[in-house]
Amino acid sequence: MSEPSPKDPAPAEDAESEPRPGRIRKPIGWSTIFIAVLVAVSAALVWRRDGTDGVLDILTHDLALFGGIIPRVLAGCLLGAFISEILPHEKVSRSLGPKSGLMGLLIGTAFGAILPGGPFTVYPVGSALLAVGADFGAVIAMVVSWTLIGYGRAVAWEIPIMGTDFTLWRIVISLPLPILAGALGRFVYVRLSPKRAADEADT
Amino acid sequence: MSAALLIDILLWGSVIGVGLIAFRRGKPVFTASLREGSMDFINIVPRIALGVIGSGYIAAIIPQEVITGWLGPDSGWLGITTAVLAGAATPGGPVIGFSIGTVALKSGGGVPQVVAYVVAWALFAFQRVILWEIPFMPARFVWFRCAVSVPFPFLAAAIAMVIGKP
Repeated sequence: MSEPSPKDPAPAEDAESEPRPGRIRKPIGWSTIFIAVLVAVSAALVWRRDGTDGVLDILTHDLALFGGIIPRVLAGCLLGAFISEILPHEKVSRSLGPKSGLMGLLIGTAFGAILPGGPFTVYPVGSALLAVGADFGAVIAMVVSWTLIGYGRAVAWEIPIMGTDFTLWRIVISLPLPILAGALGRFVYVRLSPKRAADEADT
Repeated sequence: MSAALLIDILLWGSVIGVGLIAFRRGKPVFTASLREGSMDFINIVPRIALGVIGSGYIAAIIPQEVITGWLGPDSGWLGITTAVLAGAATPGGPVIGFSIGTVALKSGGGVPQVVAYVVAWALFAFQRVILWEIPFMPARFVWFRCAVSVPFPFLAAAIAMVIGKP
């Protein structure tokens, strides 16, 4: 596997230089480099332990996985792009923005719970919502809701592996968490960067 | 019908649904979002490729037994804390995460600890955060969300202690 060349060593992680959480595509950042190094080291360790066959076994398995995921990634990207295009900015900031209150967190939670697909859907859609006026709190509620009470992973993986009783029980326990996480996020965000929060509330 | 197929149908159905709405707003809106989505896709694919193809190697050098060991006999809040750390450190996809949870339950792990593990894994398993969340979302948002999420596996464990076993 060829290593991606780090063309831009100063990625978008710098909070000050990042104009706004938006749909700006990041160059290859340090997280990609970190993963590339981690993968390279892991692959080398597997090679030392299991030889070339071991490396190839994992490679063919993961290539098959990748082939299966690719169309879904495309679907997720298209979903995010369409949503950011069709949702009117002022409506989104009213119902999911910094001043949307508990209702905004509830909408975010409900949205996360019903969103179909996996990480390839929720993250592009979340990013799109941030770009059209949702605040961190509402999107945190959405992402946390997707991961904790969304049906996708529960139906496909958790119920078959952990059993229906445990899964349903775990979901019931998790029900309040997205709203609490969104509320905590909003509470902390306003205090961490009051100026930015005020700017966003005005838009 | 398998769950995966059902999810694919729902996913593409949603894409077609919002696509139709965009199309009815006018062709420029439709083509612009189509182009935007395709550009996102092209930009994201190398990162996803690296992550998905590489994750097998990461999972292979952090064997499940290591993580299961962390979910060991420690009960109480120390056990919950190690369970949360184990959840964050678990490599690989949902099969590995949930299998470890099941193994822990069957080998006598406490239910609140396993809940803390599964919730922590769902909230901030490092591999999903780095491979999926960071490429798609503003990094500032991702770190903020993870930091804000830290109390919640503990809260879930506390709720589990209060309301009892499934």
